[in-house]
Amino acid sequence: MSFLNYLISGLSLGSIYALIALGYTMVYGIAKMLNFAHGDIIMVGGFTVFTAISSFQFSPAISIITGIIVCTVLGVVIEKVAYKPLRNASSLSVLITAIGVSYLLQNLALLIFGSSSQNFSSVVTMKPWQINKQLVISGETIVTIIVTTAIMIALTLFVNKSKPGKAMLAVSEDKGAAQLMGINVNKTISVTFAIGSALAAVAGILLCSLYPQINAYTGQMPGIKAFIAAVLGGIGSIPGAMIGGILLGIIENLSKAYISTQLADAISFAVLIIVLIIKPTGILGKKITEKV
Amino acid sequence: MRKLFLKSIKSSTRNKFSTYIMVIAFFSIAAILVEAGILGSLFKGLLVPMCYYIILAVSLNLTVGILGELSLGHAGFMCVGAYVGGVFSILTKDIITSALIRFPLALVVGGLAAGLFGILIGIPILRLKGDYLAIVTLAFGEIIKKLVQNIYIIKDVTGFHFSFATSIDTSTIDSESKQVILNGPMSISGIPKNANIVIGVILVLITLFVIMNLVDSRSGRAFMAIRDNRIVAEGIGINITKYKLIVFSFSAFFAGVAGSLFAHFSTVDPTKFDYNLSILILVFVVLGGIGNIRGSVIAAVILYALPELLRSFQNYRMLIYAIVLIVMMILNNNEKFLRFKERFTFKRLFAKKHAKEDA
Repeated sequence: MSFLNYLISGLSLGSIYALIALGYTMVYGIAKMLNFAHGDIIMVGGFTVFTAISSFQFSPAISIITGIIVCTVLGVVIEKVAYKPLRNASSLSVLITAIGVSYLLQNLALLIFGSSSQNFSSVVTMKPWQINKQLVISGETIVTIIVTTAIMIALTLFVNKSKPGKAMLAVSEDKGAAQLMGINVNKTISVTFAIGSALAAVAGILLCSLYPQINAYTGQMPGIKAFIAAVLGGIGSIPGAMIGGILLGIIENLSKAYISTQLADAISFAVLIIVLIIKPTGILGKKITEKV
Repeated sequence: MRKLFLKSIKSSTRNKFSTYIMVIAFFSIAAILVEAGILGSLFKGLLVPMCYYIILAVSLNLTVGILGELSLGHAGFMCVGAYVGGVFSILTKDIITSALIRFPLALVVGGLAAGLFGILIGIPILRLKGDYLAIVTLAFGEIIKKLVQNIYIIKDVTGFHFSFATSIDTSTIDSESKQVILNGPMSISGIPKNANIVIGVILVLITLFVIMNLVDSRSGRAFMAIRDNRIVAEGIGINITKYKLIVFSFSAFFAGVAGSLFAHFSTVDPTKFDYNLSILILVFVVLGGIGNIRGSVIAAVILYALPELLRSFQNYRMLIYAIVLIVMMILNNNEKFLRFKERFTFKRLFAKKHAKEDA
C-alpha cells in the first residue's frame, strides 16, 4: 500500500514538474533559448499569492488569479526588455542574459522578503481523502493532479486546434516560412512567454501548497528539475514535457522512498543521462538531420 | 634594433608573452600594495581566489570558446579536484612532511583525478550536441556534488573504513587512532592550508602556458575546425572524438588543479560546487570574450573582485551585478552601440596616430 502512496505523491510532484517543463519546452521550441529565469517565475508566483493572502487579506481565489496575472505580465515584460533585443544574438549571450534575469528576480525577492523562509498557507481547503487505513491522499495532491491534467488537456487542444496555437507550432518549425505566411512572429513569441509564465505561476502556487515554505530560492531547484524533465521528454515537444515531468517526479519519489533520500536527485539526473545516451534527443525528441 | 627583434617574433608569441607579463604585473603590484598597506586586508584575501577563478575561466574557455561546446558542469570537476587533492594532502601529511613537495603533488593528483573524470564523462556524452550536452554536463556536476556529500571515510589503526550514504558505525572503530577524513555533508576537515599567492600565480602562468600553446598547436587548430564546422572537419579527416576528449580532459584537469588549490585555501563545502558556480565561471568566459584567453583572465579578476569589493552595499550588490550582466549582454549585441564602441577602441586611436606619422 505504501508503494501506491509514494506513486501518487510522485505523480503530483511530477505533474508540477510537467507544468514548469511545458514553459521551458514551449519557449525553447519557439525562441530556441534556454530560459533559465523560468524557475524564478515560480517563486514570483508563490510570493505574489503569499503577499495577497497575508498582507492584503484577499480570498484564495482572487490571490491565485492575481498571481497568474502578475506572472503572465512579468513573463511578457522580461521577453520584451531582455530577450527581444537578442533575437539574432548567439545562444550563449541569450543564456547569460537569462541567467542575469534569474539573479535579478532572486535578489529582488531577497530584498523585499528577506532571506529566511516564510510559511505559505495552502490555498487548498479540500479535506484529505482516506481510502483505507494506510492510503491517505492529501487534498493538495488531488487538486494538483486534477488541475495539471485539466491544464495539459486544455493546452494540447489550444496548440493543436486554435489559430494562435497553430501559429506557435508553425513558428517553432520554421520561423522564416511562418513569417512569410503572415504569422506575426513577435506576437507569437509573446503569447508563448505569457502562457509559459502563467503555467509557472500555477505550478508555483501548487508547489508552495504541497511544501508550505517559500523563499527567494524556492524556484531554483524545481526549475532545474523541470528543465531536466523537458530535456528528458525531448525539448521542444509538448507531450514530451508532460511525460518527462511525470516520469521524473515518480522516479524521484520512489528513489527517495526505496533507495536513499540524499541520493534521490543524483538518481533522477542519472536517469536523464542514461536516456540521453540511448536516445540523444530525449524520449519524444525529433531526430534532426544535419546539412552542411 | 629592439624594434626589429620584436618584429621577428611571431605575433602569437608576442600575444602570449604580453598575457604572462600582464598577469605577473597585476599580481606583483597588488601584492606590493597589500604589503604596503594601501589596499586593505579585504583585498589580500581575494588574491588567491582570483588565481583559481582565472584557472577555472581559462580552462572552461577551452571547452566553450575553442571547441564550441557549452559545458555547465565545470564546478563538478573542481569538486573532484578539491576532494581528491584535499584527501591526498591529509593522508600524506605524515609521510611527506615538506609542504613544498606535498602541495604540488596534491595539486597534480587533484588535477589528474578530475581529468580522468573528464574522460569518463566525455566518452558517453560526446554523441550529444549543443543544449543537450549542456544539460548533461549540468546533470553530471550535480551528481558529483551529491555523491561526494555521501562519502564517509574514517582511518584508524586497523585501516580505512568506507561508507556510502550512511554514516559509519563508530563502535567498530578504534577511538584512539581515529581520524575522520570524509564525513559526508560535513565534508573534509584538516587540510593543511598551504596555498599562497606565489603558488597561485605560478599555477595561473602554467595554465596559461599550456592552454595557449595547446590552442596554438595542430590540435588547437583541429579544435577550432570542429567548432566552426563539425561536418567539414570530419570530412577532412579530423578525428572528432579524439580531439573532443583531449579538450575535455585538459579542461577538467585544470579545473581539478583549481579545485585542489581552493581546498588548500579555504574550507571545502560541497554545496559550494553547485551549478551556480559553473554558471559564474561561464559568465567570466562569456563576458571576457568567447575564445579569448586573455579576456577570460581579465573578466575573472574584475568580475570576481567587483561583488566582493561592493560588500558595503550588502544586498544591492548582487542586484547591481544582475543588471550589469543583462545590460552588457544587450549592449554587446546592439549594432549602434558596437559601431559607437568601434570608434573609440585603442587600436583605432593608435592606428590614426601611426597613419599621421607615416604621412
